[in-house]
Amino acid sequence: MDPQAAKLIGAGLAMGLGAIGPGIGIGLLAGRAMDAIGRNPEAQGAVQTNMILGMAFAEAIGIYALVVALILKFV
Amino acid sequence: MKNIVIAGGLVAALSIPGAFFLRVDRPHIVLPAEGLFHVAGFVITNTMLSAWVTLLVLTVVFLLAIRKRDLVPSGMQAWVEGYTEAMLSLVEGVAGKAWGRRFFPLVATIFLFVITNNWLGLLPWVGPSVYISEEVVKEGHAEILHLPLFRNPNSDLNTTLGLALLAMIMVQYWGIRANGLPRYIGKFVNVHGPINFFVGILELISEVARAIAFTFRLFGNMFAGEVLLLIMTSLISVLFFMQIFYALEVFVGFVQALIFAMLTLVFATMAVAGHGEGEEHKEH
Repeated sequence: MDPQAAKLIGAGLAMGLGAIGPGIGIGLLAGRAMDAIGRNPEAQGAVQTNMILGMAFAEAIGIYALVVALILKFV
Repeated sequence: MKNIVIAGGLVAALSIPGAFFLRVDRPHIVLPAEGLFHVAGFVITNTMLSAWVTLLVLTVVFLLAIRKRDLVPSGMQAWVEGYTEAMLSLVEGVAGKAWGRRFFPLVATIFLFVITNNWLGLLPWVGPSVYISEEVVKEGHAEILHLPLFRNPNSDLNTTLGLALLAMIMVQYWGIRANGLPRYIGKFVNVHGPINFFVGILELISEVARAIAFTFRLFGNMFAGEVLLLIMTSLISVLFFMQIFYALEVFVGFVQALIFAMLTLVFATMAVAGHGEGEEHKEH
């Protein structure tokens, strides 16, 4: 297979498959945060801050996949 | 309602001939920062230049703010004081009063530097619109390269790596300051039993992984945002639709700055935690 073609296919696969995990993770996080706010609306500030923090960790994994895809495409 | 439908229809109708006449060149995207000038053996890249612009902007803003020390602030002083108070209350909320004061300069500066980089990178003259032409001879024929003059410094791996190393080194320093070197090393090299030894190795690996995560989180978000804006601008011939992604970039710029600063703060708080517990027992 032409190496250029393999690179492009690799970039697409890297980003596509790499987005599954963080997508599910962030969705679960947000869902639990909604539950928590629903049960206890007064704790909204604390729940929201910790949710953003947790989302940063989960999203970073997706960003690693993005970096691999970008390196395959542009370097 | 009818007006909205008419406006939407006009925009959609305009985009069809726009695809033929209002084309923009496919953007030329490179991952490493382009070197602009050579000064005394050093290469000055466009991200370096933009970082200096950011420093200049921050310095000017703060100099303007502290010109008059009114007790009741107004104008620029009010903005800066508002930001400082908000950031200080955030930092002290996480780290407590004493350590919060010590962490505040680094955390607040990281936040300001990253957010100014990100938001200045959204202005019109940043990116391929303002460029320096350079002639490059490749395999016999000369090519004219357009090097953008300004570029978001966070889209360069060097800047983010520098920030991440700074943050992690300061976290280690504060941890050693709080707990003393033997106890701090004891967290990583734990000889009380095989499981604790394994946990210590994991802690060591996770410290290194945090530095790498900092680097790639900020780099990935900013570089991908830059690529996204360029592609969206060249892809959609009617200018209107690009603004949605522009707004997303504004939000992402703010969130990434906040996350970098907050994570530095949280890791520093965790690193000094051992000593903190002892203090609390004494107070009660």
